[in-house]
Amino acid sequence: MRQDRVDLLLVEDNAYDAELTIRHLKKNNMANNLFHVKDGEEALEFIFATGRFADQRDLMQRPKIILLDIQMPKISGIEVLQKIKEDPRTQSIPVVILTSSKEDPDIQKCYALGANSYIVKPVNFESFAEAIVNLGFYWLLLNQPPLDKP
Amino acid sequence: MQFKDLPIQKKLLRIVFLINGTVLLVTCVTFFLYEYYIFRKSIVEKLSTIGKIISANSSAALAFDSPDDAKEILSAIKTEPDIVAAYLYDKDGTLFAQYNAGSEKPIFPAELEARGYRFVHSRLEGFEPVMQDNRQLGTLYLKSHLGALYNRLRLYGLIVATVLMLSFVLTYVLVRILKNGISAPILSLAKTALIVSEKQDYSIRAVKMGKDELGSLTDAFNHMLDQIQEQNQSLKEFTQTLEQKVSERTRQLESVNKELEGFSYSVSHDLRAPLRAIIGFTAILEEDYTSKLDEEAMRITTVIKNNSAKMGQLIDDLLAFSRISRQDIAKTQINMTSIVNEVKDDLATQYDISKIQWAIQPLPTITANTNLIRQVWVNLISNAVKYSSKKDDPYIEIGSFLKDKQTAFFVRDNGVGFDQKYSDKLFKVFQRLHKTEDYEGTGIGLALVEKIVARQGGDVWADAEPGKGACFYFSLPV
Repeated sequence: MRQDRVDLLLVEDNAYDAELTIRHLKKNNMANNLFHVKDGEEALEFIFATGRFADQRDLMQRPKIILLDIQMPKISGIEVLQKIKEDPRTQSIPVVILTSSKEDPDIQKCYALGANSYIVKPVNFESFAEAIVNLGFYWLLLNQPPLDKP
Repeated sequence: MQFKDLPIQKKLLRIVFLINGTVLLVTCVTFFLYEYYIFRKSIVEKLSTIGKIISANSSAALAFDSPDDAKEILSAIKTEPDIVAAYLYDKDGTLFAQYNAGSEKPIFPAELEARGYRFVHSRLEGFEPVMQDNRQLGTLYLKSHLGALYNRLRLYGLIVATVLMLSFVLTYVLVRILKNGISAPILSLAKTALIVSEKQDYSIRAVKMGKDELGSLTDAFNHMLDQIQEQNQSLKEFTQTLEQKVSERTRQLESVNKELEGFSYSVSHDLRAPLRAIIGFTAILEEDYTSKLDEEAMRITTVIKNNSAKMGQLIDDLLAFSRISRQDIAKTQINMTSIVNEVKDDLATQYDISKIQWAIQPLPTITANTNLIRQVWVNLISNAVKYSSKKDDPYIEIGSFLKDKQTAFFVRDNGVGFDQKYSDKLFKVFQRLHKTEDYEGTGIGLALVEKIVARQGGDVWADAEPGKGACFYFSLPV
């Protein structure tokens, strides 16, 4: 089954965080072209159209924004970020890093690897929701994405 | 240069010379005087003898009243070059015959005296009666110059001078040769001591040169060096051990710190995720299931959300609190007035401070860590704002003064205050003297203030009156 166009790729291992995020995006009509993957491995396969997504995805149909959680089991967010930014085909995809703590020691590393933005997932839901909506608005609607074709 | 500052050899030389010289001088002078005295006596005796002889010889001339004979007898005196004049007088005191040597001007005695010889001016003169059968026929007057005496004296003087000089030379030579017995060990010891202290090499030992007091001094000196060396050695070992211990301790501390860092990070991360879920899903309930929730249910969801939010705040505060001890303290010059104003302006975004009357005195500059001090001000001033928020005319005063060699700062408000007798509990973690319903807060703010200030070497305290207001103080070393 060929995937419909995915504008927003959410890479989040925590089911509840994912649910809250998606719910709120839906409320603001930004979840139409959203896809959620639950770990780094799945994320890479999706982005590079390999493994379980080999037949379903066209690599060059790149999402407008990837929301990437840093703390993930197996393949960590940092590794995913690295792989995305290393490959010239996927380099240009904007990646927003999500973390639960602003003391995250990896923040410098993320920026060094080419992350476009770094957001702390606040405990307070209202702020979190607002952040998500702002994100969605900015990256999905306001920001000019790189062209689809290389 | 004072005598006591002269080098040892010079001292020795001078002492020996002084003694030598003095002894010689005393000896020579004594002999000199003795000789002088003896010689004078002998001169007198000699003249006296000549006088006797001549007077005996001249008695016939006087008796027979023959001046020519007398003159001839007198002229025999010229064999005695020292006698410069001889006058023969008859029994009436009239000059009978005279002899004057060479160029000597005749000076006649004022009056004739009885037998006797005496020194007058630079001459020896005397009277000798001329007797015959116990009858005095006349008087002989003799005058001698002291040439011989003077010659003798001159000779002696020369001898003394020569002896003194020779002895000085001899003394000098002998001292030079013999000084090693005394000064060499001293100098060697002094030199060794100098080298040891300059090079700080305590393995050098002084050479013992004899079994006298200097030998014992050398032994004592060497013994001291032994002790110093030993102590140095054990000090070095001790320092090494200490350094080892310190670096080990530092390693331990560093690893503990690292653990703590990792721990705090996981704590914050792992505690927050479920909290997010609690809050988020409760919000979903509120938003999407409003129709299914009655008033009570809504109140319950609010309680859930509020308590979760508080827990989030607590997590943040606790983490901030633990971070303080892990931070390095970099100190810079801090303009307190500008920080206070910054904090005040920041607070304006969180609280409504428009009603508050501010009295901020000019504050001194101190040296401390900017971030930590800012945290202190934030906590204290936000407290003041919070606890005076219910007053109609909230008033906050900020100032400073000197106390016990530290600079003390205070934040005074006219808010709800607290009971003074619980004031020492104020600065403990989670201790609050007010209910959360009345004034929100986690009870960490003041504990944080106390920790920060204590870490910089200062002190915190407070006083208050319930209903009238509170004043919080913190002091920092100058």
